[in-house]
Amino acid sequence: MISSIPPAAIFIGGALFVPFLRGKLKSAFMLFLPVLAFAILVNMPEGKYWIVKFLGNDLIFGRVDRLSMVFGYIFTIISFIGILFALKVEDDLQHVSALMYAGGALGITFSGDFLSLYVFWELLAISSTFLILARRTKASQGAAFRYVLVHVFGGLCLLAGIMIYIHDSGTTEFSYIGLSGIGSWLIFIGVALNAAIPPLHPWLQDAYPEATVTGAVFMSALTTKSAVYVMARTFPGTELLIWVGAFMTAMPIFYAVLENDIRRVLAYSLINQVGFMMCGIGIGTALAINGTVSHAFCHILYKALLFMSAGSVLHMTGKIRCTDLGGLYKTMPLTCLFCMIGAASISAFPLFSGFVSKSMIISAAAYGKLTVVWLILQFASAGVFHHAGIKVPFFTFFGHDSGIRTKEPPLNMLLAMGIAAFLCVAIAIFPGPLYNILPYPVDYVPYTGAHVVGQLQLLMFGALAFCLLILSGYYPAEMRAMNLDTDWFYRKGGRLFYYVASMILNGINALSDRAIARAIPVWLGRLSRTPISSLVTLYVKATGKGPAAVVAVEGERETRPEATSLAPMGAAVFLSLVFLFSLFVVFAFVA
Amino acid sequence: MKKELKIFDKPENVKKFLGLFYASLVVLLIVDFFVHKHAEFPWEGATDFFAVYGFISCVALIFIAKVLRLFVKRDEEYYD
Repeated sequence: MISSIPPAAIFIGGALFVPFLRGKLKSAFMLFLPVLAFAILVNMPEGKYWIVKFLGNDLIFGRVDRLSMVFGYIFTIISFIGILFALKVEDDLQHVSALMYAGGALGITFSGDFLSLYVFWELLAISSTFLILARRTKASQGAAFRYVLVHVFGGLCLLAGIMIYIHDSGTTEFSYIGLSGIGSWLIFIGVALNAAIPPLHPWLQDAYPEATVTGAVFMSALTTKSAVYVMARTFPGTELLIWVGAFMTAMPIFYAVLENDIRRVLAYSLINQVGFMMCGIGIGTALAINGTVSHAFCHILYKALLFMSAGSVLHMTGKIRCTDLGGLYKTMPLTCLFCMIGAASISAFPLFSGFVSKSMIISAAAYGKLTVVWLILQFASAGVFHHAGIKVPFFTFFGHDSGIRTKEPPLNMLLAMGIAAFLCVAIAIFPGPLYNILPYPVDYVPYTGAHVVGQLQLLMFGALAFCLLILSGYYPAEMRAMNLDTDWFYRKGGRLFYYVASMILNGINALSDRAIARAIPVWLGRLSRTPISSLVTLYVKATGKGPAAVVAVEGERETRPEATSLAPMGAAVFLSLVFLFSLFVVFAFVA
Repeated sequence: MKKELKIFDKPENVKKFLGLFYASLVVLLIVDFFVHKHAEFPWEGATDFFAVYGFISCVALIFIAKVLRLFVKRDEEYYD
């Protein structure tokens, strides 16, 4: 049986009722939405339905296959967790935008054509912007402004690409494209921007740390992963993605090591993890795609868990910088435990979720004999443990005692983290159910002796390096500083553009103001009042003859001051305007 | 106010933790001799390859990051 309401509509429609509800009813209603969407989801048969005719095109809101279902499941699950985490927030703006945002992500997932995809793509960008704005600080306003501009740019690239693609191919169907021709490149760039592929990534580390405590949880899950989904559908097996993905896993970890803001460290590690997925899409084999999809699934859970634990710390202490934090395990032991489960999962420790998903991508690189890529991915695996696995919990909950004494966050936040942490461990111990819903049949055993020992060695000796470097004082010190990234080009470039445009345009403006608004009318006015002396002055100025005449004219000006009036126009002008207007009325409406 | 945890306030506990950590490293190095390998790359099958690679990776990561900091570090108010 096909339900009559798509899951995306549940969220988007439900969001509109939230402002009218209060108290427990509101909480129950918001939690009910993802449950209802999930119930619809599990009963959705494969195929294409919910098709609406629009301007001669089919808008398909229900293209259901194994690939879209996995993303549908995880987006719904994480929405439930995110809503639970944000339940006590008394700000309808955040609730409505978060629900719209989740609806946008589900809309993208089940779109069967590029037109409806584009609409949901823009909904995603706009609704998420409000999760940054809702922090209501000066820094967040600036970050939100840059965020929305960057995404409008990406959205326009996508739109232009879609238009050209539809024109060239004659179909609006959202499926495999491959890189060929300008249209496909523009679509690729639009999607790559949302996937935070360098150098189009800096919006992510700029905006996410400025978002609200609860908004960042949704953001960490939805934007980049819906882009992963679109990329997996349109550009699987694109070789460029292998290299871009490998670079993407390695580049952000250097920044993450230096970064002071915990949520910015997490943002960089998010880019690093999406790099693994891009690499998997680029390899494009069944194993690689399975790895990508399962890694997206696991990643959404542990990254949201990490953002929730960092958010809890920010919520309870008001601080989020490494330099301000430390020793919080004493008063927030549960949050600390959840954070460490998230950290172990992102680091792909055996028995934590990253292990059963990331290893598929790395194995796919090995089977493809991609030597350099394999080495980079292993390097990035050790590196991610270094910053997300050790640095985040260590500087927040251990390290030097900051003297901060606080409490655990409210129960709903702890519960949300608990569910995510439980799923991280459960998936790792019983990967079967996750493997069963992947796009291709899975013939992969993550827990082999060589693999477990190899991974443990990689991580533990990485930890040894951390330990020795920090004990010897070689580890880069925690510092109140920021690090330049590629957003420099548009943040400083934007100002340069503004400065240059201001110089040129305001210069022209001032010049024409002087000439047209002042000099010429003044001279004409003078000419009309004192025609002879004005012409004499002009003649004298032009020829340089007869200074005596000029003196005579100057004297004359003092006796005849310029006539000025407070009224903007004279009676004659006013009357002629009335006449013209009545003519217009007569011709427009009567004649 | 609930009772605070203080296990890492005592230096002997930190020492015990580090001791345990170093011991686990030694165990990992030894266990690798007895594991059946099915390597795709020749070096992958070498005993304790991942230990060496993990350690070198992280040391390289830190040193490269320190060099990077020389170029990219700015005041927090740089863009304000």
